[in-house]
Amino acid sequence: MTDLAWIDAALVSARPQAVAALLRYFRDLDTAEEAYQEACLRALKNWAANGPPRDPASWLIMVGRNAALDGVRKRSKQVAMPAEDQISDLDDAETPMAERLDDSQYRDDVLRLLFICCHPELPATQQIALALRIVSGLTVKQIARAFLVGESAMEQRITRAKAKVAGADVPFETPGAVERSERLGAVMAMIYLVFNEGYSAGPNDPRGDLADEAIRLGRLLLRMFSNEPEVMGLLALMLLQHSRAPARFGASGEAVLLEDQDRRLWRGALIQEGLALIDKAMRHRQTGQYLVQAAIAALHARAARFEETDWAGIDALYATLERLTPSPVVTLNRAVAVSRLHGPQAALDMIDPLADKLSGYFHFHGARGGLLLQLGRAKEARVAFDKAISLANTAAEAAHIRMHIDRLIAQSEQAAAPQLPAR
Amino acid sequence: MMYAVLCYNDEQMVLGWTREQDDAVMNALSMVHDKWEKAGKLKPSIRLLPTSAATTLHKSKDLVIDGPYAETKEALLGFYIIDVDNLEEGLQFARELGKANPGGAYELRPINLYLPGAPIDGAYENERQYAPPKEAAK
Repeated sequence: MTDLAWIDAALVSARPQAVAALLRYFRDLDTAEEAYQEACLRALKNWAANGPPRDPASWLIMVGRNAALDGVRKRSKQVAMPAEDQISDLDDAETPMAERLDDSQYRDDVLRLLFICCHPELPATQQIALALRIVSGLTVKQIARAFLVGESAMEQRITRAKAKVAGADVPFETPGAVERSERLGAVMAMIYLVFNEGYSAGPNDPRGDLADEAIRLGRLLLRMFSNEPEVMGLLALMLLQHSRAPARFGASGEAVLLEDQDRRLWRGALIQEGLALIDKAMRHRQTGQYLVQAAIAALHARAARFEETDWAGIDALYATLERLTPSPVVTLNRAVAVSRLHGPQAALDMIDPLADKLSGYFHFHGARGGLLLQLGRAKEARVAFDKAISLANTAAEAAHIRMHIDRLIAQSEQAAAPQLPAR
Repeated sequence: MMYAVLCYNDEQMVLGWTREQDDAVMNALSMVHDKWEKAGKLKPSIRLLPTSAATTLHKSKDLVIDGPYAETKEALLGFYIIDVDNLEEGLQFARELGKANPGGAYELRPINLYLPGAPIDGAYENERQYAPPKEAAK
């Protein structure tokens, strides 16, 4: 990597901690962001000339804070602060800051920064946009591209979201244990939203990068809450899902089902990390929805071939998940395991009662069509697939259902054609 | 002289690399690996998973802690075993690595005892995803 690319990577990785500390100091998001920007500009000049500091985050916090204060002083025509090269000497700038920024404070800073993006009145997409802007530091242009909207529309959306957040009471006092765990829950949900936004994107879709970003945020969270099994579970879940990314789409962009994926393409390092985290989390003997979902993903990852999948284990884990977070979608997923264990009829019996609740859900009709097809009920399968295709969210989803329908049409034409005598 | 070359770097930053940046660094490193491997001087190389995947056993109280033993800004991210003529040659290896992968430090630690142990069963062979194909290397 070039020096500039290296500095850029250092700035990106220091950003959450730096902005979070500046936010605590200035108690205003815009001021904190401006101070951080200013510090980055100075870093580009200073680090290129003098080499990077040992602790980039502390450097940025110190320089950003002084720059913002300097700006205030200039406006009030007072004496300017010393130039940044005078305060950027390693010992001067970092030692006092590092002492003040002990781990627990840093942890609450970053958690707060993540938490303000989870404002309950913000719709999910705005939470994600805000987190990507404030915590990850993506540009409005990058975020707009990810959400397939114009830059000015996204700018407005983020400005509005920020205004809402600024109007809310952002709690700056150190949170108590209960509060901290509530914040942690909201933040985990938000990070998983970011991940799903990326995971549900098709191939060559810029949104795909959001999955990497979510994993980065997950690792950040785990570094701060290193003994929380649910945080391990969340990160493991994302890693295991994401490990399949290179195998999930075919050459023409169509979705490749789990059973048809070339498992040699799965990313081994991500799987190893995910499995290691699950092992660690299990030691805590504490169940949670992310950990159970991660364990399900792990059973898929452990099977070298689809035929070796431990469906009984997956069924049992889904039963646990149904208890923890009852939802028709969980039952629908469980039905897939049940169909492998006890056949399509058992699975159909399980999901038919969900028809009312899931009538607008693509995967319900897709899965139902697949089960009906296995049972040889082609006409009903066709109805289900037609329904599914009308509800498809992505081109890849639609293409997959289309394939089933085309096969059905081909079969019925074959059946209608005069039968040729067997050779 | 056998050395362990311990690789320390800012883990948060390394984990922040995009897949492309990571691949670029690993590809640049693999050129160095290849050269020293062919010269018979590079022995096993190990890249570790993030410290967040680590577990630490504190022996005195049999206390199991989530996370690495030492929480440091620059973490141990991997290591090489090399067999070189002298320290100067070892430093040369480290310098070549450093050009491919800036930031952090390499610690050259002479090896006291080397037991190769049981052969590795091949589970990690797929992990050599960054190494250039053998044909291309010829």
